[in-house]
Amino acid sequence: MTESRKLLKGETGDWEVVIGLEVHAQVSSKSKLFSGASAQYGAGPNENVSLVDAAMPGMLPVINRYCVEQAVKTGLGLNAKINQWSRFDRKNYFYPDLPQGYQISQYKDPIVGEGEVEVEVDGQEITVGIERLHLEQDAGKSIHDLSPKESYVDLNRSGVALMEIVSRPDMRSADEAAAYFTKLRTILRYLGTCDGNMEEGSMRADVNVSVRRPGEPYGTRTETKNINSIRYVKQAVEYEARRQIEVIERGGKIDQETRLFNVATGETRTMRSKEDAHDYRYFPDPDLLPLELDPAWVEEIRKGLPELPDAKKHRFMSDYGLSLYDAAVLSQERAKADYFETLAEGRDGKLASNWLTTELFGALNKAGKEIEQSPISAVQLGKLIDLIADKTISGRIAKDVFAIMFETGADPDKIVEERGLKQVTDTGAIEAAIDAIIAANPEQVAQVKEKPKTFGWFVGQVMKSTGGKANPQAVNELLKKKLGVE
Amino acid sequence: MTNITDLTLADLRDALKSKKVSSLEATDAYLSNIEKARELNAFVTVTADRAREMAKASDARIAKGDGGAIEGVPLGIKDLFCTQGVQSTAGSHILEGFVPTYESSVSANLWRDGAVMLGKLNMDEFAMGSSNETSYFGPVINPWRAKGGNSKLTPGGSSGGSSAGVAAHLCAAATATDTGGSIRQPASLTATVGVKPTYGRCSRWGVVAFASSLDQAGPIARDVRDSAIMLRSMAGHDPKDSTSIDRPVPDYESSLGQSVKGLKIGVPKEYRIDGMPGEIEKLWADGIKWMKDAGCEIVDISLPLTKYALPVYYIVAPAEASSNLARYDGVRYGHRAKEYSDVLSMYSNTRAEGFGKEVQRRIMIGAYVLSAGYYDAYYLRAQKVRKRIFDEFVDAFSKVDLILTPSAPSAAFALGEKSNDPVQMYLNDVFTVTANLAGLPGASVPAGLDERGLPLGLQLIAKPFDEETMFKGMYALEQAAAFKARPEVWWA
Repeated sequence: MTESRKLLKGETGDWEVVIGLEVHAQVSSKSKLFSGASAQYGAGPNENVSLVDAAMPGMLPVINRYCVEQAVKTGLGLNAKINQWSRFDRKNYFYPDLPQGYQISQYKDPIVGEGEVEVEVDGQEITVGIERLHLEQDAGKSIHDLSPKESYVDLNRSGVALMEIVSRPDMRSADEAAAYFTKLRTILRYLGTCDGNMEEGSMRADVNVSVRRPGEPYGTRTETKNINSIRYVKQAVEYEARRQIEVIERGGKIDQETRLFNVATGETRTMRSKEDAHDYRYFPDPDLLPLELDPAWVEEIRKGLPELPDAKKHRFMSDYGLSLYDAAVLSQERAKADYFETLAEGRDGKLASNWLTTELFGALNKAGKEIEQSPISAVQLGKLIDLIADKTISGRIAKDVFAIMFETGADPDKIVEERGLKQVTDTGAIEAAIDAIIAANPEQVAQVKEKPKTFGWFVGQVMKSTGGKANPQAVNELLKKKLGVE
Repeated sequence: MTNITDLTLADLRDALKSKKVSSLEATDAYLSNIEKARELNAFVTVTADRAREMAKASDARIAKGDGGAIEGVPLGIKDLFCTQGVQSTAGSHILEGFVPTYESSVSANLWRDGAVMLGKLNMDEFAMGSSNETSYFGPVINPWRAKGGNSKLTPGGSSGGSSAGVAAHLCAAATATDTGGSIRQPASLTATVGVKPTYGRCSRWGVVAFASSLDQAGPIARDVRDSAIMLRSMAGHDPKDSTSIDRPVPDYESSLGQSVKGLKIGVPKEYRIDGMPGEIEKLWADGIKWMKDAGCEIVDISLPLTKYALPVYYIVAPAEASSNLARYDGVRYGHRAKEYSDVLSMYSNTRAEGFGKEVQRRIMIGAYVLSAGYYDAYYLRAQKVRKRIFDEFVDAFSKVDLILTPSAPSAAFALGEKSNDPVQMYLNDVFTVTANLAGLPGASVPAGLDERGLPLGLQLIAKPFDEETMFKGMYALEQAAAFKARPEVWWA
């Protein structure tokens, strides 16, 4: 597997990039991790702030059971170990958007331990290890550009539940990093534990990058913070890998540091060096008891899990004979997978997959629509496939019908009926058309015996004269007979 | 009838119920006492108008035959408890002028049962201190003075306003809190009864946090019965405090007077510390004899880890405090420095101005013991010892029902006597701090006077959530001690 993975060419030889991701995913939950305030996006400044979120004197955190359930669910979805005993710690630092002066997080004992995720890159599968998943509070937002002299703080996000999902350094290219991030998003959305909405900041990644000569130990890594799109993850890895290779090849050394990604330029720059790193003075939060999970409860959550993308992918491959690529594409989103399954029900899976991935996805893509907004329902598309299968229409006509369906949302049988697109299987009518063409083109008839390739010209003529509605198979057979060719 | 304010809480409760006195009369009498006792500096804020409003409402309820367990009883509230619409300072400049929009669960429980709030009681800043001298609002003066002397003595700390207020009859009883001895030591120094219940018995919600794993609210009252009545109203499960325990609150008052015959009383030899005044040793011996005479069995026990309790406490408590007090940053409420050039200087100027020296000292100790490279040597090791101290008590309580010790290593000392020597000051907690580390209930009962005529207390420590046995023992001690002395009213 490693051999096939891309190496980067430097001036002095090949380099391997090593990437690990720390993804912060906002837990889908009505209220915050330790308070009853709303965790919904889009409220006015400081509207979703409880006494706890504002760290008023004497206020105490109380764990939100639903957020714990969401974390457990996610852990199970990542094939990870659920820790029956975990604990919350305080990470101490001062900043105006951190009212308590500490973030409640899980440092030594996270709720979820090791797991793994299958990631598809270029039609191949790689496995990315998960080191841990822990629950923590988000901070508020500081706004520095509203006033020349003052900073403003919005505490709506303060205390919102985040899952930090830490991967192993198992990725070897920007594409792999992007594919892992995408896959993680897919899993979280399947589980309903994070909406994956990157514009609203629901998913952000800290990207750890280092480079090394193939086969050598890991190099020194840098951490690029707070990247909120798949494209930027790719850009950041590409930039950072190139930069590190250049530094080393010029005889320099990589500093272990935290970097920032510039969206405008696609470059990273130093934010703080290791020497400036905070001493967070972590210690167990004495306001909270250790989090102990009842194994029966975890089991209940496990039983309630939906079928996950990887399981679906494998089932699509074995049950419908799909390729890894198609199976991966169709299982990427639950809506797509559900569409496919409705469509493939009682039909040829490969045919269904082809119609879906090439025709429908192509059309949706062009129209800038999501599968949920498709003008053609799975039932309708199924009917169209059935019309081809029972020879009511030809494959070519079907594409025209598809275009009309996409435009109007009408049922395919209705379109076929109304527009008289039914395939002509009446051999009498086809024979008449053939006879007319043979009579009108004696030269071509003479030629066809020596040049069998010209046979196609006759097929075309027949189709033309029947308005494309003639059954191609019947046309072929009758023509062969009448022209006396094999 | 005697002066209303000389009635115990229990007697006042009964007099109110039988309409022999009105809550408004009682409240006015206390407000008048408070007015005359300004010199004691027991209150940071007196809420006279609110007190009269609450009293009238109580009288109306009593008239209708309604009313809670302590309907109409005027109380003082330690200023560590947040009270809705009333300044709550924690004895600190940094919270001066801070008016909460919410009510602490413990005080809310008291209002639910009909109590009347007279005002907010002075205390050491953020409950850090044993003499009330760290209060931004000045020290509280102990109503007790040495025989023939007139030097100002400490009422103990951190609940010095509570102990002095109860001893001087400025309120029927008071709330207090105890992190390392802040209820029991001031009770001992003022001849009042102080009860620190089991950790988790009273909600910490709305109580300004000092050291979350040690803080526990409890009452300071005039006698054992009053403290039992108070605790019953204050205690209870609170879903807003994750460390609060969900179990029913017993009627502690009904434990009083029950026979202590056959109870095993442990006497730990390690509490006989070097340099302990002979009078305290004698008092302790008296206590042992009283319990024996009451039919208890005295058992010599050993708690060898006792000597580590103070060092452990002075790592754990500052560590938690350094983090708990991070929220006082001048951003959202409380004091903010006038002068600053950026956010960092705003923080440092605000906190340098807002926190007193003792608080700053503990924040620095706490930050130090939690910092990278020192965590294992200090905080982690302290937590391990703490666990072993707990185990040691569990072991002891497999042999005994209660443990009897002195409450404090000395009687009330003069203001200024120890305030420049933190280590001397910290030693005040030597007998009390173990119960906090182990989460156990402990109480101080007045037991005698020393040669200078200053009160001394004895402490009982019980098993977790066995306050009922503790109250039985306290009542037996109280009966045997027959302590009747009162401070001469020199301040009014």
